[in-house]
Amino acid sequence: MKKQPDIKTKDQSWFYSKKVKDHFFSPKKFLKDGEKFKADGVGTVGSPACGDMMKFWIKIDKKENKIKDCRWRTFGCASAIASTSALAEMITEDGGMKIEKALKIKPQDIINRLNGLPAIKVHCSILGDQALRAAIEDYNSHKR
Amino acid sequence: MKKIYLDHAATTYTREEVLEAMMPYFSEKYGNPSSFHSVGKEAKDAIEQARGMMARILNCRNAEIIFTGGGTESDNLGIIGTARANKEKGKHIITSKIEHPAVLDACKKLEKEGFEITYISTDKAGIIKLDELKKALRSDTILVSIMYANNEIGTIQPVKEIAKIIRDNTEKKKAGFPYFHTDACQAAGSLDLDVMKLGIDLLTLNGSKIYGPKGVGALYVKKGVKVEPLIYGGGQEQGLRSGTENTPAIIGLAKALELSQKEKDKENVRLKKLRDMLINGVIKNIPRAFLNGHATLRLANNANISIPKVEGEAMVLYLDSKGIYASTGSACSSRSLKPSHVLLAIGLNDEMAHSSLRFTLGRKTTKQDIDYVIKVLPEIVKKLTEISSL
Repeated sequence: MKKQPDIKTKDQSWFYSKKVKDHFFSPKKFLKDGEKFKADGVGTVGSPACGDMMKFWIKIDKKENKIKDCRWRTFGCASAIASTSALAEMITEDGGMKIEKALKIKPQDIINRLNGLPAIKVHCSILGDQALRAAIEDYNSHKR
Repeated sequence: MKKIYLDHAATTYTREEVLEAMMPYFSEKYGNPSSFHSVGKEAKDAIEQARGMMARILNCRNAEIIFTGGGTESDNLGIIGTARANKEKGKHIITSKIEHPAVLDACKKLEKEGFEITYISTDKAGIIKLDELKKALRSDTILVSIMYANNEIGTIQPVKEIAKIIRDNTEKKKAGFPYFHTDACQAAGSLDLDVMKLGIDLLTLNGSKIYGPKGVGALYVKKGVKVEPLIYGGGQEQGLRSGTENTPAIIGLAKALELSQKEKDKENVRLKKLRDMLINGVIKNIPRAFLNGHATLRLANNANISIPKVEGEAMVLYLDSKGIYASTGSACSSRSLKPSHVLLAIGLNDEMAHSSLRFTLGRKTTKQDIDYVIKVLPEIVKKLTEISSL
């Protein structure tokens, strides 16, 4: 009997990309237990019944109209967790993202950042852009 | 890293003795059982011997065993084939809300063909409501299909009592209907399969859950039960399943069933101990975790637990990274993106169904494996709970 099969399976033994894996196992900027984070805006989207729910906190540089820092928490599968983590990275790197620009982030931008997602995950697990928008709206409503 | 496979309800490996029994039938004894020469006869004899082995275990006639291409096909043949063949006698079928999709989707297909289906509910422990079954039986009921043991929560149904209810039904006494079909795919490795004692008319078996090969199954069809084939051709398996027999797989199925039935009493005792260790260990060490399904009327190898605030797929993948392979009823790991219909049927809300984990133990599972899971899982849950927005 041959020990080595002729049909080789792909080297990548994971359902998701390496980037998703990195964010999933080492999520960036989630709100730790007991951590104090004074947010200027908070947004929540999704519901546990649907299997995905996320909360986003943002801190704003009011002079520059930039997102200075953020925190998040997500109930959901690997792609939901990874996409929120990736979004947090996107909006805070290089000194923070302009609010104007942050409002234009689309699910596809997050998916690209993650080097793609399985097709079945695309519609359900990308709520991050909506959570961020809700947080910005919350900030705007408090501003005046 | 050690690999701890705890997903035996999904599929099992093919055990060595089974593989060995199968090997000659690939390239040495490769004949077509329908051929009239000795090469064909050799394959034919082997299949008939396998059929005899299965019949002895089921306590039935050899001719009552039909080999198929798997559990799904057996369910389809047993339900769709029986319904179509007997539609003049009635167009009502009874099944349960916690059946495998192979049964539920076969019933949905029949609904489109004009059959009426009643779906019996279960109690919170996942045992079907017998009084509901009694009330659902009608003069035009031709078939009842209730699974022997559930694939997700491991609950064992009172098959014998169900058969008695059907037998005592006045219509059954008059006309012989309804027939009783049971899907025994998950039960085959650990429960009694004597169809005479159980009172069953049609029974589904497959190889891939009992350390046999995949892609092979069997349907027990009691003598006299009319079934219409789903596949047409050379007329093999008494015309009920055309197509050249998969000799090695059939040999493997019979061998696997023989071994698992022989070993079941001893193995059940061993697995039950490990299963309860796992259930108790997880529930003790993880706040809010609870067991799904009946605590004792369940398969010896099944532990299905919900852990609120944490999503199932995320847990499965964290466990995977620790070398532990389990599954979940969460929508996120299914093709349909809907949470488990079984967990919803036993009264869990969507959130709790999304938070479920299923561990199904096997022949090689050890106490060390269980200890490792009990050590690792609480750490994973702690991390994912911290990330969780709930």
